[in-house]
Amino acid sequence: MRAFTRWDPGVSGRRTRALLFLLLSVLVLSLAAPGPARAQEEEGPEVGFQGTITSPLDEGGSQPVEGAAITVSDLDGTIVGEAVSDAEGNWVIGVDEPGEYTVAIDPASLPEGISLRDPDVTSREVTANPGSVGFVIFPMGDASDVVDTSTDLRLVLQLFVEGLQLGLLIALMAIGLSLVFGTTQLVNFAHGEMITMGAVIAYFFNVTVGLNLFIAGLIAIVVSAGVGALMDLGIFRQLRKRGIGLIAQLVITIGLSLFMRYLILYFFRGDPRSYGDYAIQRGIEIGPVALAPKSIWTMAIAITVLVGVGLMLQRTRLGRAMRAVSDNVDLAESSGIDVQRVILYVWAIGGGLAAMGGILWGVNESVSWIMGFRLLLPIFAGVILGGIGTAYGALVGSLVVGIFIQMSTLVIPSELKNAGAMIILILILVFRPQGILGRTERIG
Amino acid sequence: MDWSSIFTNAVLAGISREAAVFAIAAVGLNIHFGYTGLLNFGQVGFMAVGAYGVGISITQYNAPPWLAFLIGLLAAVVLALLLGVPTLRLRADYLAIVTIAASEIIRLVFRSVALSDWSGGSNGISGWADGFYTWSPFDPSVRYGIGTIKVFGNQAWIMLLGWSLAVIVTLITLLLMRSPWGRVLKAIREDEDAARALGKNAYFYKMQSLVLGGVFGGLAGIVLSVGQSTVQPDAYSPPVTFFIWTALILGGVGRIWSPIFGAIAFWVILSLSNNLLEGAVQAGYLPAAITAGARGGAVRFIIVGAGLALLMAFRPQGMFGDRNEMMLADR
Repeated sequence: MRAFTRWDPGVSGRRTRALLFLLLSVLVLSLAAPGPARAQEEEGPEVGFQGTITSPLDEGGSQPVEGAAITVSDLDGTIVGEAVSDAEGNWVIGVDEPGEYTVAIDPASLPEGISLRDPDVTSREVTANPGSVGFVIFPMGDASDVVDTSTDLRLVLQLFVEGLQLGLLIALMAIGLSLVFGTTQLVNFAHGEMITMGAVIAYFFNVTVGLNLFIAGLIAIVVSAGVGALMDLGIFRQLRKRGIGLIAQLVITIGLSLFMRYLILYFFRGDPRSYGDYAIQRGIEIGPVALAPKSIWTMAIAITVLVGVGLMLQRTRLGRAMRAVSDNVDLAESSGIDVQRVILYVWAIGGGLAAMGGILWGVNESVSWIMGFRLLLPIFAGVILGGIGTAYGALVGSLVVGIFIQMSTLVIPSELKNAGAMIILILILVFRPQGILGRTERIG
Repeated sequence: MDWSSIFTNAVLAGISREAAVFAIAAVGLNIHFGYTGLLNFGQVGFMAVGAYGVGISITQYNAPPWLAFLIGLLAAVVLALLLGVPTLRLRADYLAIVTIAASEIIRLVFRSVALSDWSGGSNGISGWADGFYTWSPFDPSVRYGIGTIKVFGNQAWIMLLGWSLAVIVTLITLLLMRSPWGRVLKAIREDEDAARALGKNAYFYKMQSLVLGGVFGGLAGIVLSVGQSTVQPDAYSPPVTFFIWTALILGGVGRIWSPIFGAIAFWVILSLSNNLLEGAVQAGYLPAAITAGARGGAVRFIIVGAGLALLMAFRPQGMFGDRNEMMLADR
């Protein structure tokens, strides 16, 4: 039952170059397209909703709508916030706590000649995330413009870009899982807790100690890489030495995951928290899409690191050794590669990347004790979709899963969006269990 | 420290309905992992669909208790087929990934706002279990028991029901594993290729094993929800599966009676460790901050997680297991 991660140098070289090119072009595009940026000062509520109400003009373009009344109510129907759009059509409503809310617009408050594009949709059920002010869009215009209530192009694009960001983060976190699997055949269920641990260590240095988030993050990544190495040295190398089977090792990772998760809960407590820096940012509008600056930075960092990992795997001695071990342990060992050392490096790199993913997730969403476990499902879906054990497969699969999860909120409630990842997982196992980039080999 | 109450609590925990529920679910897990080598990390998902199957069919469709009970078990069969079809032809770890993910998704779906008219959202559904108490021979207002170990009538009824079911499913497993069918399962656990070479359809047998163990999981969920008179989504969160795993491994994987002994031992140990910790804090041996607030709850999970990992590393055969019966082969 050896690795099903064969590397064909000719094909993979070409594929890698194509992928690197694709990545670089995405990077360039995402950095070079600030367009008509309209940065705003960092003020307003910490948690809540915002939007800009504009009505399309017949001659093209759009005009802001002033005086539209918006209300936010909680699930019991109690109104918790109200606002009226200003001269630029902007409105912001803060809420006290993250959670599920209903945002509604009063059609009667709209000025003469302006109506909702779909008169039936006067409210949306949305989730308020900690540390972010979510966008809620109420499209205006003639009812005849409506093709389908769910296909507002602006919303689709917005969700696509958010999905891209999610996918890049999942890819970053998935590399460690995939590399560990590639080199040792072990599915590490404690990987989610390595993500949480990185985010929590960064929180400690950022908020408790008071360092800048960049420095705190770097410390957290280094510490997590060390913990990853220690997990291999202290636990899994010993288990391999004693000849403990993979199934037993897998159960041990489950126990370890439970242990680490609740140890984090013990010290960090249950409530989600935001970092001290970059917690609240107003969105910048890039074309039809509104993004917080931190989202753009997150994507840029993720793409840079992913390209770096790709180059390392392709060009460096260590990367070649990792691929050799993934391909065939015995052959790698007999050609003079120190396999145990390579596995140690894989754990360290995986731990560091997991921590980096966790910190970036914490910046964009929030830091909580359960985040790693929640992220584990999309990560597994991405890794298996791409082909488990293949590093580039993890990248492609994660992007698809991230975009699918965000876009699926067009049709299903956002609280259930992870169920979409589950559906991908089951479908891919039925129809192409080796994943997109995996090779057809017997994996039964 | 109040040793007598610590002792009483430990005994009560060992014979509690939770221990009975764990025993039933662990019998199912033993069929999966102990006898067939299937890695089911979502046993709590089977428990949830069983419990919700009963609760929803009574509250939404006014089903009589016996029919609701069958619907709950049927829901577990459907879940087993849904998870088994894509994964049982693949390596063992795929089932692990899919089951662990499914159990969390099932919980999220049942507690979702969108389906709250149907499954009651995060509050769950309650007030449907009365039909299951009509056969109770105990008077609900009387406390039954010996000495300080006493429980009210309704609780006694659920304990009787739960432990009887635990013994029944154990006897069913005993008979099945002595049959030719059970021997094929063990052959698949030992060497799937060899079983296949003998003309056995390994996929088919693994599916039957998954369904049977899943039905026992559903049964455990039904007992739990009837005992609590409510079905609440967060009672079926993923860590419950790992509690059951720990109980099973504690008892000894691949042994007929080990799920029952494992479940009792697990709850006794958990109760003792919690009570000793609290007692030590109250007596001033340990600082109070150790168990303050949510921390006391987290300690239990930390102990179980460490216990599961250490057991698996140093004594995978548990209390009564046989190392040769432990499926440790690379698969």
